[in-house]
Amino acid sequence: MDYAFATIRELRQALDDKEVSSVELAKFFLARIKKYNPELNAFITITEDEALAQAGDADQAIARGEVGLLTGIPYAAKDLFSTRGIATTAASRILENFLPVYDATTIAKLKEQRAVLLGKTNLDQFAHGSSTETSCYGPSKNPWDSARMPGGSSGGSTAAVAAGLAPFALATETGGSIRQPASLCGISGWKPTYGRTSRFGVIAMTSSTDSIGTVARSAHDLAITAEVLSGHDPKDATTGNVPVMDYSAQLSAGLKGFKIGVPKEYFVEGIEEDVEKRVREAIAVAKDLGAEIVDVDLPLTGFGSLVYAIVTPSEVSSNLSRYDGIRYGHVTAEAKDLFEIYTKSRREGFGDEAKRRIMTGTYALSAGYRDAYYLKAQKVRRLLVQEFEQVFKKVDILLCPSSPNVAIKLGSAADNPLFGYIADQLNIPGALAGLAALSVPCGFGRPKDGEAVELPVGLQIIGPQWGEQKVFQVGHAYQQATDWHKQKPAGFQN
Amino acid sequence: MSISRDEIKHIAKLARIELSDTELGKFQADLNKVLGYVEILKTVDTTGVAPLATVTGLENVFREDVAADSGLQKAIIDNAPVKSGRFIKVKKIL
Repeated sequence: MDYAFATIRELRQALDDKEVSSVELAKFFLARIKKYNPELNAFITITEDEALAQAGDADQAIARGEVGLLTGIPYAAKDLFSTRGIATTAASRILENFLPVYDATTIAKLKEQRAVLLGKTNLDQFAHGSSTETSCYGPSKNPWDSARMPGGSSGGSTAAVAAGLAPFALATETGGSIRQPASLCGISGWKPTYGRTSRFGVIAMTSSTDSIGTVARSAHDLAITAEVLSGHDPKDATTGNVPVMDYSAQLSAGLKGFKIGVPKEYFVEGIEEDVEKRVREAIAVAKDLGAEIVDVDLPLTGFGSLVYAIVTPSEVSSNLSRYDGIRYGHVTAEAKDLFEIYTKSRREGFGDEAKRRIMTGTYALSAGYRDAYYLKAQKVRRLLVQEFEQVFKKVDILLCPSSPNVAIKLGSAADNPLFGYIADQLNIPGALAGLAALSVPCGFGRPKDGEAVELPVGLQIIGPQWGEQKVFQVGHAYQQATDWHKQKPAGFQN
Repeated sequence: MSISRDEIKHIAKLARIELSDTELGKFQADLNKVLGYVEILKTVDTTGVAPLATVTGLENVFREDVAADSGLQKAIIDNAPVKSGRFIKVKKIL
């Protein structure tokens, strides 16, 4: 079997059949990471010793017959998840020497399963960005074309999975950070319902939309990870007491009787021709599978990015106020008093994008401007939420593009303060409403820059809040009928 | 409306970030660009709409306030860049 591009299901079978051991799998993926990471820059930290120890434990558990869904399966985690005793940087200078004293709940759940952590993946600094270019460790590269960005902020996780360096990876989304890079790297990504998974121990960005999900090779694999990671956590009061289903056991419902909405506002001006074609073809596949397709209107879609441009920096400025140079993280050597410890440590420790968001948010929340900006944005956000509620009374699911474009060249986002708000415009409205969604590969297209390369296109599947089962069913039905999710980039075969 | 250089200085002070002269100019331009971008929000009629605080529908999630020993005191202090014994050291406050 080609383990590099095998699914979680296939690896589970191979482990259970004793065809391969967890230690052998860990060594196999660690060797691939060492070989390909210099080219991709997908990992910030490789946790070789921990991986081999965890894999040894997993093999013993398997021998005893104690087998969970992910026992012995290797994975990578975005470097935003706290891992006890393992560096957790958020790709920032201010946390470069930070060692968490506890595990994020999602990391703890994977430890309970005896899944095997291979390493921590690159991201935009503090997840602020849509390209990984704001990382203080430099950008990750897109495995389909190393001159292009993988998308972001979870671009290290998606590049790692796309290049066969891990079968799945933990990722986070605030407004596109799972769906957009999954789309650009040609893999499947799950953006959970807000509150479906615990945020505890994940470095906070925008607390009202931060969602903890995964990227993998199929909707089926995503459903497996969702079964393990979902549920109420007493340490995160925003997690809901909604039952966790056996998502992966109930995937075969098919699409007969499904009513699928196609929102015309998501085929935005400037969308690439091939992206629109591939997505329309995917919608035709859903129709052939028995779904009823209807056009729907979501007229506030275009306002999503505007709301986000206020809400996100506001919450960022509040969340990042904890980095004070005193309790943990970088401290300046230049301060003569307490005030300067704050101002100089933060000056030295934060990158440009973090500073820009802190400044924007501080302004939007400051006396005299809060009503005009923050509260106005939250009012429009309520209208956006209501618009989705109305549409989900009429349809089960929405199908649309995950991103208006395929992967663009590294450097082309440079220093544009509005880049992310435009890159993620098709993901942001659903994120602001806390909806469940997937991105799955639906073919290839030429970029707008005219270069003769074929790059992955993503189909976005948006469901209502707590609609995980539906989005997994639709993603799975589509992937049973197509093989776009099985395509792999050249150059990473052995 | 646009943000003046003095306002940017004031925001930087509130945000506890020291900015160089070049950065002050850069962020002044960036913030004005972002605020220009969101200006169009004002065209949405939100009369009688309450600002959204959460999408979960959850409210007042209470739990008992019970103390437990995390066993992490030493590890937490170890993470502080400047410390003295079992204390975090700071510059004088008053």
